[in-house]
Amino acid sequence: MANTTVERTAEDDILGHDLQHIYRTMLLTRRLEESVYRKFHEAKIGGYLHRYDGMEGLVAGIIPLLELPGDYVLSTYRDHAHAIFCGTPAKEVLAELMGRATGCAAGKGGSMHLTDPVRGFLGGDGIVGGPVPVSLGVGYALKYRKSRNICVCYFGDGAMNQGGVHEAFNMVGLFRLPVLYVLENNGYAMGTSLQRSTGQTDFVLKAEAHGIAGERVDGMDVLHVLKVARKAIDRMRDTGEPYFLQIDCERFVGHGIGDDNTKAWTTYRTQAQIDEARKRDPIVLLYNALSARGLLSDADAERMDAEVAAEIEEAIAFAESSPEPPLDSLYENVYS
Amino acid sequence: MATMRYQQALRLAMTEEMERDPDVFLCGEEVGQYQGTYRVTEGMLDKFGPRRVVDTPISEIGIAGMATGSAMVGLRPVAEFMTWSFALEAMDQLVNHAAKITYMSGGRIRCPVVFRGPAGVGTQLSAQHSQSMESWYAHTPGFKVAMPATATDAKGLLKTAIRDDNPVIFMEHAGLYGLQGDVPDDPEYLVPFGKAAVRRAGVHCTLVSYSRGVHLCLKAAERLAAEGIDCEVIDLRTLVPLDMDTVLESVRKTHHAVAVHEEWRNVGFAAELSARIHEQAFDDLDAPVLRVAGADVPMPYAKNLERAAIPTDNDVIAAVKKTLA
Repeated sequence: MANTTVERTAEDDILGHDLQHIYRTMLLTRRLEESVYRKFHEAKIGGYLHRYDGMEGLVAGIIPLLELPGDYVLSTYRDHAHAIFCGTPAKEVLAELMGRATGCAAGKGGSMHLTDPVRGFLGGDGIVGGPVPVSLGVGYALKYRKSRNICVCYFGDGAMNQGGVHEAFNMVGLFRLPVLYVLENNGYAMGTSLQRSTGQTDFVLKAEAHGIAGERVDGMDVLHVLKVARKAIDRMRDTGEPYFLQIDCERFVGHGIGDDNTKAWTTYRTQAQIDEARKRDPIVLLYNALSARGLLSDADAERMDAEVAAEIEEAIAFAESSPEPPLDSLYENVYS
Repeated sequence: MATMRYQQALRLAMTEEMERDPDVFLCGEEVGQYQGTYRVTEGMLDKFGPRRVVDTPISEIGIAGMATGSAMVGLRPVAEFMTWSFALEAMDQLVNHAAKITYMSGGRIRCPVVFRGPAGVGTQLSAQHSQSMESWYAHTPGFKVAMPATATDAKGLLKTAIRDDNPVIFMEHAGLYGLQGDVPDDPEYLVPFGKAAVRRAGVHCTLVSYSRGVHLCLKAAERLAAEGIDCEVIDLRTLVPLDMDTVLESVRKTHHAVAVHEEWRNVGFAAELSARIHEQAFDDLDAPVLRVAGADVPMPYAKNLERAAIPTDNDVIAAVKKTLA
């Protein structure tokens, strides 16, 4: 039989990737997010809390493709899923949310400022648009060092209206820096829809206006995101050029802890709209796709469900039994 | 040792640090091809190339983000604001990002960045170009704030700033750029942060200041000496960390203090000095601490009005006499 060399496609590459692990990690982030409001109402978590339910495809489809550490990830205040996908253990995330000394930021950061620099996760950010100028600096450092690494910077549709985002885009486009921008387009900036906030809603056009090429992606289809991201990242490593992904997705829950009851929803979204959005749950869609390819059985999925549930319970127990930071750590880390 | 201008001393500091450490780079508006709007970075683009001397667009948020982000992953940027008035555009990146990332990350992410540029009033640049806001930065936990008054300190403090692993707000004074001074050749000449300098020893009254205010105090002290009033002049050098020990030691000797700065009086840094001296040396004071500062007005354009808004040695002399009365 003749040896035939088959051209390796992006699809094969992805199928070679550990898709079961990606599926399991999506389950983990979803279960973690589902647990946090409960813990908030038990007064174990305080402050603000922003869940990622429905948006998992944006991290599942990109972060597993990165070389961590080496590459860098920047995110928003809606950052629990980014930390998990970068490899931060769930127990360190939950401990941080509960303000314990064992949290990934020693209890100093909280929900909006999870960080895990050893794994390349430079953190969430409480300021809308905040990470985008920072990503310009990270990208500059990577080019300065002639590195093949990239910086992935997540930010939302609302952030695209911040001025600093455009300053950074101009400079990243001008200097040609290896930053992959991921616009988490869930159609709402808190309670304000795109249509009510933004004159020009073609985000790819806006990136291109600054010299950054890009494309639009369906974020509810993880395999699709993986394919697009694989191509983009490979090209970026070779060329060092920036790229922009407008990833459309749905945020299944409200903006944050103060916006998650039916009454609040009716101020800017209807229950019917939420129900419609939930029909394309990225976890269910991935399950279906993997199942159809023979890569995930019902038994596998059930086993993972049980494992993940146990992992979250264990993580919660760890966090709840962890001490708060010692009082004399109040003045620590103000300076290096 | 060489005699050179304050502005040349700054350039020497940056040049030496860039030669010593390949991770140090400069960025800012007109720092490269234009040779710097005050010629501080003159010749540096030719010497180090565009990778290490980066001309940026007019984007202070971008400049601050570029510096903050690159520092977070291990480079040592020196970012210039053309004047500290323009840094206001970048306040979120400065305060909410550069100053806080080390604390918010539980100490796991460093931010070894220097933000530098001229502050200073007095040349009819009018309101929007005439503020420094050093008390805002000194107020913010996470920053160090250095404000050299001499050419010697311009070199020594800037080198220390570049080697510091924390975000440093480095405020030069446009009116001091031409000031000559003796600057050591030694590339390891560093002026430490948190160590004030007694510029003039005296016994009757302590004058505390920084940046150009120090020269105002020295001039006042010289004139007062002719009347038999002997002032001690302290140059803080850094507002954060603040060397209160030197100030208190002086106050325990003189029992009188006047705090001086060009920036606005209301909620200015002199208020902090006054509070601390009262808290920590009340029993050593024979009179309340007085302040000499800029008028609480947006800086007017007309030459006579501007002159009236900026403290003079007459104002310092009046304050000293009042406190001694």
